Amino acid sequence: MTRHAVLLVGLVAAFAVSLVVGLAVGAVGIPIGEVLEALTGSGDPRTRTIVVGLRLPRVLLAAEVGAGLAISGAVFQALLRNPLAEPYVLGVSSGAAVGAVTAIVFGMTTTSMLALPIAAFSGAVVAITLVLGMAAAAGRGLDTHVLLLAGVVIGAFFNAIILLLVNFADLETFRAAMLWIMGSFSGATSESVTTVAVWVLPALLALTLLARPLNLMSVGEQSAFHLGVDVGKLKLMLYVGTSLVVGVCVAGSGAIGFVGLVVPHALRLVGGSDHRWLLPACALTGGAFLVLADTIARTVVAPAELPVGVVTALAGVPVFLWLLIRYQEGT
Amino acid sequence: MSLFELRNVSYRYPGAGQSALEGITLDVEAGSVFAMLGPNGSGKSTLLRVLLGELETSDGSVTFSGRPSDSWGRREIAMEVAFVPQAEPMAFPMNVRSLVEMGRYPHIGVLGRMGPEDRAAVDGAMERAGIMDLGGRSIRNLSGGERQRVRIARALAQEPKILVLDEPTAALDLHFEMETFELMRELTEEHSFTVVVATHNLNLAARYASRLLLLSKGHIEALGSPDDVITADTIGRVYRWPVLVTAPEGLGPGAGAPQVVPLSHDGSTSSG
Repeated sequence: MTRHAVLLVGLVAAFAVSLVVGLAVGAVGIPIGEVLEALTGSGDPRTRTIVVGLRLPRVLLAAEVGAGLAISGAVFQALLRNPLAEPYVLGVSSGAAVGAVTAIVFGMTTTSMLALPIAAFSGAVVAITLVLGMAAAAGRGLDTHVLLLAGVVIGAFFNAIILLLVNFADLETFRAAMLWIMGSFSGATSESVTTVAVWVLPALLALTLLARPLNLMSVGEQSAFHLGVDVGKLKLMLYVGTSLVVGVCVAGSGAIGFVGLVVPHALRLVGGSDHRWLLPACALTGGAFLVLADTIARTVVAPAELPVGVVTALAGVPVFLWLLIRYQEGT
Repeated sequence: MSLFELRNVSYRYPGAGQSALEGITLDVEAGSVFAMLGPNGSGKSTLLRVLLGELETSDGSVTFSGRPSDSWGRREIAMEVAFVPQAEPMAFPMNVRSLVEMGRYPHIGVLGRMGPEDRAAVDGAMERAGIMDLGGRSIRNLSGGERQRVRIARALAQEPKILVLDEPTAALDLHFEMETFELMRELTEEHSFTVVVATHNLNLAARYASRLLLLSKGHIEALGSPDDVITADTIGRVYRWPVLVTAPEGLGPGAGAPQVVPLSHDGSTSSG
């Protein structure tokens, strides 16, 4: 078995452990044996309600969103050849959140099941177009600093729009909107798990299948072109795929930052930059990371709850700064 | 037989005031080293990009192997023509062998697997480029010359018939520069490759290439054998600097080829 295969088997095990931990730990601690009983439909009905009814949707949604955001981060980094690129840092998550909040405030979500994901996807597309457009207008192409600056500005702008929109909404929507900005899984239901799964899982599979041409893109578009990649078509597929993933993930849980930064970088240190291993590894590790981050978010100040984005930002910002310094030094 | 045929090709960058290339007509024959020369900004890189289908001509036509170059599929043409860029962004660490294996993409595609013939092609390419012992190293820990050889190995792993290099020796010391030109000679003489190279080194181009193209401000200033193109008058005019052209014997490959010696500004060979 190759080294990457061994690592992936280890990550599958870690992912499974994180799911069990997410189900066992909470306001009421449940022994692992009882968690497994509840999952198989036996055991105490009250425990079953907590594990299957309350915690399972939340844990599954966190796993899906973590997988989606981590893979999107890795894809953005390769596409832009920028180790700091990530849906949240680039403002794409905030764009998706504006789309989602718009759909909610204007009542579109009550008319169609598709409205929320489509609105969030559209917001993500608008954000990435604006960020790349601003960087291009500055005449600096994919320059790291211009892209990051554009991302920060666009992100701040979209967050302001969210606050503006919720001013027109009732108090309940206002509270929900705050969760969109920081991200939370408190609203997870089996429906939201299904909606995210239906859109995100096929998109993640498609992105993973494009791992080899993505490897070529990471050494430059000109080189990829001459190695036989149809660069224009590939870029379109990758941007649409990641916008869809980010949009639907944000529609499910709000804009959670830094997952797409921390996870791919940790994995590159362990197993290198080959996307044929990196993307599946991101799915498993990103999933586990967000399940554990959410477990911390809902237990650390119990009975109150932190937005999960606070936990990921506390973990992510030091990594971001470390990368920024390292990147500056040109290593 | 002509591999590339350019007929009256012009190219203007979007938004640019004037054309980067104007009225270029030329043929690149199979089985030789063809060198593109010219001062900075004369259009060498643009011409390479037009030749390779990276830029669409504003006017005129480009054909490769008798077919319009835009009718070739990306993977189809990458099995015929390989390109070695001057430099590449290296945002992430990657080992040398993985980089060379990228050269097999045109043969295996998005989902295919590396077979024994692919591994043999990668081994052969690494051996020819002299990087067999670097396979497990990270590209970040290599010198400029070593990185260039890795890019050449990746191009050779494509198993192309034509190798196109954009200023391959721009940042290299004399040793790597000579090795690169010797490799070009070996590929054309012993393996019937065609090499197209854009370079600033007039003297090595005159020794190693059978045909030279001299560009100036997007126009063809001279096209032909080294003796036709490298004259004191032409070089002096295009580069706006007085030069002496000699033909020293005993140079090995390209013996008797014209060699350029820049003079001091007042036209003398000595500065003192």
